[in-house]
Amino acid sequence: MIRNAWADLRQYPSAIIGLLIVSLLVVMAIYALATISYSEAIRLWRGGEDIWQDYPRTASPEWTNFFRAQKLPSTVLLDSRQGQGSKVVEPRGALTEITIEFPFNFQADDFPQELAIFFYATFTQKQPHVEMTWLTPDGREIRIGEYSPRARDSYRFEGDSRLARRLRNVPAQQALFAKPDVEPLAPLKGVYTLRLDALVFEGNGDLDAKFIAYGKVSGLAGTDHRRRDLMVAILWGTPIALAFGLLAALGTTVTTMFIAAFGVWFGGLVDAAIQRITEIVLILPVLPILIMVGTFYSRSIWVILGVVILLSIFGSAIKSYRAIFLQVKESPYIEAARAYGAGNLRIIGRYLTPRVIPLLIPQLVVLIPSYVFLEASLAVLGLGDPVLPTWGKVIDDAFRNGALFNGYYYWVLQPSALLIVTGLGFAMVGFALDRVFNPRLRGL
Amino acid sequence: MAEASLPSRSNLAATLTRRPGWTTTLRVLRYSVVRLVALFATVVVGVYLTILIANMGGYVDEIKKAQIREGISLSVSMDPANRALTPAQRNELIEGLVQVEVRRLGLDRPFLLRSFASLTDALTLNLGRTNYLTSDSGSKLVRLVILERLPPTLLLFATSNLFLFFFSIFVALRLSRNYGNLADRMVIALAPTSAAPGWFYGIFLILIFSALLGWLPFGGMVDTPPPADRLQYAWSVLRHMILPVAAITLSAIFLTIYNWRTFFLIYSSEDYVDMAKAKGLPGRIVENRYILRPTLPTIITNFALLVIGLWTGAIILETVFNWPGLGRLLYQAIGLFDTPIIVGSTVIYAYLLAITVFVLDFTYALVDPRVRVGEGGAK
Repeated sequence: MIRNAWADLRQYPSAIIGLLIVSLLVVMAIYALATISYSEAIRLWRGGEDIWQDYPRTASPEWTNFFRAQKLPSTVLLDSRQGQGSKVVEPRGALTEITIEFPFNFQADDFPQELAIFFYATFTQKQPHVEMTWLTPDGREIRIGEYSPRARDSYRFEGDSRLARRLRNVPAQQALFAKPDVEPLAPLKGVYTLRLDALVFEGNGDLDAKFIAYGKVSGLAGTDHRRRDLMVAILWGTPIALAFGLLAALGTTVTTMFIAAFGVWFGGLVDAAIQRITEIVLILPVLPILIMVGTFYSRSIWVILGVVILLSIFGSAIKSYRAIFLQVKESPYIEAARAYGAGNLRIIGRYLTPRVIPLLIPQLVVLIPSYVFLEASLAVLGLGDPVLPTWGKVIDDAFRNGALFNGYYYWVLQPSALLIVTGLGFAMVGFALDRVFNPRLRGL
Repeated sequence: MAEASLPSRSNLAATLTRRPGWTTTLRVLRYSVVRLVALFATVVVGVYLTILIANMGGYVDEIKKAQIREGISLSVSMDPANRALTPAQRNELIEGLVQVEVRRLGLDRPFLLRSFASLTDALTLNLGRTNYLTSDSGSKLVRLVILERLPPTLLLFATSNLFLFFFSIFVALRLSRNYGNLADRMVIALAPTSAAPGWFYGIFLILIFSALLGWLPFGGMVDTPPPADRLQYAWSVLRHMILPVAAITLSAIFLTIYNWRTFFLIYSSEDYVDMAKAKGLPGRIVENRYILRPTLPTIITNFALLVIGLWTGAIILETVFNWPGLGRLLYQAIGLFDTPIIVGSTVIYAYLLAITVFVLDFTYALVDPRVRVGEGGAK
């Protein structure tokens, strides 16, 4: 049967496309699992500035520049500890003079998002003193300010009110990159240099620095409002979505089938009880109950999964299975099985349930995306898993931060596109399977 | 859609020859009453389950007790008459008052007894007071807050469901008449798009028509401030409704048409339809009497299932569109941890679903010949 089904399935181009999509998603899921471990994914996604300080906020994906006439800048990161830039150490008696220069080529048509220097100083008593100077491509020299960094310190250009006054209240990331005396402000392209002249007052003192000009594009997937690389969520959302969808769909359809079979086979009270329970469950509002569970008890995706399965095993599908089983129950081959002495469980498992498998498989495949979307729906309601990165949570974050208002379209579009692609892939396969397994639909 | 039970056609001939009379009316009535009683029992059990879930582990009671304690300690510490008390005395006073309040609310009784009390409260829509949210008129009664939010939900979903239902049946009939043409194949190809729910399409509609083009509002039900003129008010509501209705329609239309079309096709390949065609009956009569009439019970079942599905799907759609309905209320209640509203709206949803099921049963009794002639009806 399976081999025939496969041969039939190949007749449908939509099924081929659907299968391709599904296998691509599976590959993506495996890649995600292989590169980032479960605990690592959680750590990354929950991480704050300590993990993501090198990334800009709400930056578009880098490939969007391809479609832009005005290219947005990427992040420039220069770290003297990594040997980037140049660092010259000159002892001057008791003091040491350290000069760090960070030259970089700036070719974008827009200004960076923020500028920051992170200092890594070694001293026991007296903090080093740093003088910061900005050199533009046209040879101007702009004094930024002086600073005495602690052991681990950061200097953000925007937060310096004296610098702001000196730059006539134009934000530093614009004033420092702008062509002089041109209105409106336009960035000047060329090689900029940030020079740090530091005095270290102790014999074994040292100073290193990391300069970051945060860009407006970052990585393949962009970043969110907490500087997190969306790639983590995009990648890790895949195995979670697939696992949730598959487990929920399997859990509900298979148990529903067995419950219906038990009811029909044993009849009488068992059947009546199952029927009544089905009617009660039909009235129970699933989503509000899920919301209640999410609000009161646990938002863990696995708890929600369990509740979803519990609430749907007595779903309305029982009725359609029951109708089929009632017919099958009277078939001669069931009687034959009974005659040779087959037990109840054997008849249910071997003779009754296989008859609805053709109905069940397409349904199962079509159900998968609806559960994937259910997870996204809960996340959009703010009931997403608190620790795991999922596509739905990215959409939720985007909405809470006004992504559509502020024009961060990539933030919503990427997870949405993945959701719809997943939905389409499974639905296409499911629809084709439905036609393959239900000859009545063939040719229609 | 395919899960609805198909009517047996053997009884049709028998029904068609009989004229409806008193016995039929009585039978339909009896059937309806029995169903009503059965459904009420179902609602009771359903609501009780909801209450059990909402109180699981006594969590809600803990919240309630904490609120009582907080309120009493605040009022005791604010009262100038208590200023002379030592901290120990004050604690004693607070403790005593808390005990009185806990006893007054019946929180000291065993959970089983209390759960039955909450059940009667819920069933009589005595849903208590909200914790934080208020209705627009300033009331804190859960019932009033929910009742105020019901009309917008009904407006939005009645409009879109009715449109979706009639439009899809109309188109499906058209397609089934000449299947295999371009429109038909397009619908088949587009059917998988219904894998995504309405709110999902809502996001894109907002993106295109509000954010990029600026033609339609981002969300809400009327402009702020609402126009004083009635006509303008209606116009404003209409403008706000376009996108949500479009989102609901878009998410369901192709699949619904596809299902109906397949369903009609199966039925139009029946022998009696061929017979009617052979007799030379015009296409309209064949459609109405030989295809639509026998499929009517199924059509009604599917309509009800559609309504049930959309009741609950409303929550997120309303949130995405900022529609001031029941779903959005629930969303706000989650954010504020407003337990009475969450439990209350779950109860309301249970009632709405039960009413839908009852209306379905009643109409079913009217159109299904098996119920009318007394076979397979009320047991």
